[in-house]
Amino acid sequence: MLTITKTPKCYVGGKFIRSESGAVYPVHDASGGFLANIPSCSRKDLRNAVEAAAKAGPGWAARSPYNRAQILYRLGEMLESRADEMAAALACGEQRASAGSGPGAADEVRASIGRIVHFAGWADKYEQVLGSVNPVASPHFNFTVTEPMGIVAVLAPEEAPLLALLTLILPAITSGNAVVALASESRPDAAILLGEILAVSDLPGGVVNLLTGSREGLIDTFATHEHLRAVTASATRAEATTLQQGAAESVKRVVLHDPATDWLAADHESPWPIRDFVEAKTVWHPIGA
Amino acid sequence: MIQRPALLRLLDEVGTVDAVGVEERAAKFATRSIKRESKRFGLRLAASMVDLTTLEGKDTPGKVASLCRKALRAHDTVEVPPVAAVCVYPTMVRAAVGALAGSSVRVASVATAFPSGQAPIKSRLAEVKAAVADGADEIDMVIQRGAFLAGDLVRVRDEIERVRDACGEATLKVILETGELETYDNIRAASFLAMRVLRPGDFIKTSTGKTSANATLANHQVMIEAIRDHYLASGTEIAMKPAGGIRNAKEALHFLVAVKETLGDAWLNNRRYRFGASSLLNDLVRQLVKQETGAYQAPWNFTENAGGY
Repeated sequence: MLTITKTPKCYVGGKFIRSESGAVYPVHDASGGFLANIPSCSRKDLRNAVEAAAKAGPGWAARSPYNRAQILYRLGEMLESRADEMAAALACGEQRASAGSGPGAADEVRASIGRIVHFAGWADKYEQVLGSVNPVASPHFNFTVTEPMGIVAVLAPEEAPLLALLTLILPAITSGNAVVALASESRPDAAILLGEILAVSDLPGGVVNLLTGSREGLIDTFATHEHLRAVTASATRAEATTLQQGAAESVKRVVLHDPATDWLAADHESPWPIRDFVEAKTVWHPIGA
Repeated sequence: MIQRPALLRLLDEVGTVDAVGVEERAAKFATRSIKRESKRFGLRLAASMVDLTTLEGKDTPGKVASLCRKALRAHDTVEVPPVAAVCVYPTMVRAAVGALAGSSVRVASVATAFPSGQAPIKSRLAEVKAAVADGADEIDMVIQRGAFLAGDLVRVRDEIERVRDACGEATLKVILETGELETYDNIRAASFLAMRVLRPGDFIKTSTGKTSANATLANHQVMIEAIRDHYLASGTEIAMKPAGGIRNAKEALHFLVAVKETLGDAWLNNRRYRFGASSLLNDLVRQLVKQETGAYQAPWNFTENAGGY
């Protein structure tokens, strides 16, 4: 029987794209045989992804929190229905990795689905936790609400290529941000498949954009791109410095994670990561003496 | 014997357009790789060719004055040449003239019942004269597409002629509204119809920017090839202005490539070529800043709408 191999593509702006330059890099299976050519995204691809996110973001932020919750929950359902395929993709990457790093494939898929459902639950509840009514010494009704920041960059670690990627993306999109994410370079299999799952999840195209390619080649652009309002990354010391220096010029929020993070840990499931990607707006409303 | 319709007779004379060929040629212009020095050159050149336009019912003298300041100095740190002209409605000409006095930036005014052109010729001519009297250096007129499509070419030509005479010293730009002419042949015929009565240095212009179909590379190509053919046949140098829908720097560079490869360097200056646009300048400056700093820029630093996502 004829076997048909799939061309891996990135999910950007709701479309499946090849790299703008046409560049690719090969990935291999456990025995060292050729598996696939993965798009090696360039700075221009990043720029285009940011433009796509800027188009989709306002509409996503304007959706009701309840609707965002429904859509995120549906993302969980879609991943669930392709759990076996995703586990196989993860296993493929895991065999490639030098040491047995990260959780087992099946566990990682299960934890990922759990994490999606967790943040789906927060979508219409985090505001009650992060917002506040503030006591003030004047006749004002003073309250604080949160607003999404805009476009958030995500640099996923090499390990836990699905769970870590989602753990970084979910808190940002829960509150209405749009995301441009760079997937694990050595194990992009899961991110390629995640793109296909996002495409059928009711999440508007452009809210999550997944790039693959050289982390070293793109990190500078991620750091300096002025349109990105925040960057969250699992980063080494040197990478952290690059990100912080680049972000200083554009006054970008930088949220760093230790490369040794245990992505399965329960403390990733809380409303606090959502707070990393919102701006507080405080309103003084006069109420008469 | 029944005479051939006027449009066909004109096309017999000037030749028809190979639609497939034009579209293929136009698509090629978007594939050129323009980097570094040539990109900077192209961006600055495009900025110097912009007819910075505001044509809205809610225009005020204050808004026009602020647009004029932007026309003179588009950015405070990066060097951007002044634009070619500011394009406004006739009632705003005085405001623009006052704000631009003593500068190289010209004042252009749309006239002749823009954008439809559906008004009696008498009132259209009066509008042109009033705009010129108020100090407009350039007049953008629209042709009567209805008359053109009905085959009344003589009337269209005569009206262009009368508007030209009403302009006096002012430069005339004739808007063909390519989106309403329906075929490439019509665009070519209308271009020749206008060019034959225009003076050297007058413009033909693609569109009003008020319809959904705007300037495309293919329509533009038909027009600049007509300009080239007219120049080779008569020696008269007619200028070109695409307008409407050109919003980003990349598209502007594609248009400049088409001009360079069709008309040559002689047309690569703002006396022979203009962009009619309102937001293009923002993106040109944004890309110039990117070239200077190396960092991709956020759009909200370059537009009046600073709220952006």
